[in-house]
Amino acid sequence: MSAQEAPVIEAVGLVKRFGDFTAVDDVSFEVPKGSVFGLLGPNGAGKTTIVRMMTTLAIPTRGSARVAGHDVVTEPEAVRASMGLTAQSATVDDLLTGRENLRLIGDLYGLPRKVVRSRADELLERFSLDESGDKVVKDYSGGMRRRIDLAVSLIAAPAVLFLDEPTTGLDPRSRVELWDVLRGLVRDGTTLLLTTQYLDEADQLADTIVVIDHGRIIAQGTPLELKDQSGAASLVVTVSRHDQVQQAAALLRGVVGDIHVDADARKLTAPAGDVAALASIAGRLDEAGIDVDDLGMQRPSLDDVFLALTGHKAEETTNEEVPA
Amino acid sequence: MSAVTQTAVLDRTAPRPTGAGQVRQILTLVRRNLTHIKRQPEMLTDVTIQPVMFVLLFAYVFGGSINVPGVDYKPWLLPGIMAQTIAFSAFIVAIGLNTDIGKGMVDRLRSLPIRRSSILVSRSIAALIHSSIGVAVMSVTGLFIGWRVGEGVLRGLLGYGLLLLFGFAMIWVGILVGSAMRSVEAVNGLMFTTIFPITFLSNAFARTDVMPSWLRTMAEWNPISALTQALRDNWGVAGAAVRADAPWPLQNPELATIIWSLAITALIAPLALRAFNNRTTD
Ligand SMILES: Nc1ncnc2c1ncn2[C@@H]1O[C@H](COP(=O)(O)OP(=O)(O)OP(=O)(O)O)[C@@H](O)[C@H]1O
Ligand SMILES: [Mg+2]
Repeated sequence: MSAQEAPVIEAVGLVKRFGDFTAVDDVSFEVPKGSVFGLLGPNGAGKTTIVRMMTTLAIPTRGSARVAGHDVVTEPEAVRASMGLTAQSATVDDLLTGRENLRLIGDLYGLPRKVVRSRADELLERFSLDESGDKVVKDYSGGMRRRIDLAVSLIAAPAVLFLDEPTTGLDPRSRVELWDVLRGLVRDGTTLLLTTQYLDEADQLADTIVVIDHGRIIAQGTPLELKDQSGAASLVVTVSRHDQVQQAAALLRGVVGDIHVDADARKLTAPAGDVAALASIAGRLDEAGIDVDDLGMQRPSLDDVFLALTGHKAEETTNEEVPA
Repeated sequence: MSAVTQTAVLDRTAPRPTGAGQVRQILTLVRRNLTHIKRQPEMLTDVTIQPVMFVLLFAYVFGGSINVPGVDYKPWLLPGIMAQTIAFSAFIVAIGLNTDIGKGMVDRLRSLPIRRSSILVSRSIAALIHSSIGVAVMSVTGLFIGWRVGEGVLRGLLGYGLLLLFGFAMIWVGILVGSAMRSVEAVNGLMFTTIFPITFLSNAFARTDVMPSWLRTMAEWNPISALTQALRDNWGVAGAAVRADAPWPLQNPELATIIWSLAITALIAPLALRAFNNRTTD
């Protein structure tokens, strides 16, 4: 993929105001063809508002956006013909069966009837819904609803897919299954923009992550880059025997300087450190006859990144949903 | 990019979406609404059981006290109840549209390459079909209680045509209310407290002659009265004749119904479209 190739999704200086309230504030990003772009942020960060602007459902107050080469404000029809959207809450017709939902949207896209029928069958099978395909959606479980919702968004095989919190409310197994489906789509060349509150999800799926808080981009990069941003990796040694903790600490100080010792957990943490340091420390510990349970590099998790960037934990803000 | 892919989720070589022609869009969406009725036949109670109940209630319970001597009240009442049923098209549209907006279905449809007007047109057609089922049920009920189309097929059809025309006008009211209200409960509340009194405050259930004069003026200028009068005249219902000094709309009920329908449409349609666009754009 050449670097010059135009991005499939592009936002330039997007602003969205509701009255005096600025929900999205000067957001710009680019998503190259066939990649996965993650919008990460807590409740109320502005994720849905960005997705709604990108999918022609909301008009930007300022700035512009293009999807598959078409401007979302001046060429909404062309944008709609080339993208699929799975909104935050499943928008399927409760009184229709899964198959009827697929055919409804396929017909509206203007696909030939035969194609609509065969794709509907194909998608039901792909999403393990072939047995429930003729049941009304009202009788589906939450996970099944989410799957049929996603399947409906794929009926026209869109080149670009927008997913607003696709796995919220799914059990861990369904989540992993959905991730697999999404990876499959990317393998087939679909460009994906997904929003999530889950750091591990962004980490798992996204090639590029934008972290937003209060409508503003506060960090941007690959998962790896983001982790680097919140401080270097640390080196962690877990010693087997309590009586060797101090000895190991002295030895480590000699190599990497300042370290943190958690005597109870027999755990020594040294900031920074690279693979060379790791190898040299492994050698010295061995020479000194210190038994080691575990020795390795630890990268900060995206949780640490979020904390470092926003000053609050990502989870803290999501607690709002839990009734007190 | 690697040419080797694992099982493709979708065959991307198949035709690309072009956006359906608007006729197909509308037919597809009308079919969706009719499937709703098929899955939930109880949706039809508002145009079947309810009006039949009204016929029975008014004919047998109140009939004696609002009766006109020498005129059979039941066939006289029926056109009034049909007019009321068609006025409820507004209610049907408002509920359907408000539900679709609230559940995000309108957003889903707006994210597709279809015309926004298809959403409204299909809703309207489905509501007219819904109401027409009611009118058909009423007609059959009428046959059992002595009502007949007595002035020939053409004038009979003219009556049904006027009903549909008035239903068309009421649909705009429904689009306005469905778009402006924030919840289905609000739609319910508003529609029950307006459509029922408005349809009762007419010649649909009782003769206007005996009403106090201020009430009579309101009732006789009520569009429902013109429509009901047009139906009674064209179906040759006994007791249809109006007083010599009745106001113009009752003397010329067909023309009045047409004017009322066009006026309501001209006045409400722009407001309805604006409300819908405002509600579905942010
Ligand atoms: N139509 C609207 N009118 C007024 N304010 C709005 C509107 N839509 C969104 N907002 C506000 O904009 C902010 C961003 O909302 P948005 O739904 O984009 O957040 P989000 O990141 O998707 O949150 P969540 O994770 O809860 O879905 C919120 O404070 C919200 O209250
Ligand atoms: Mg959201």
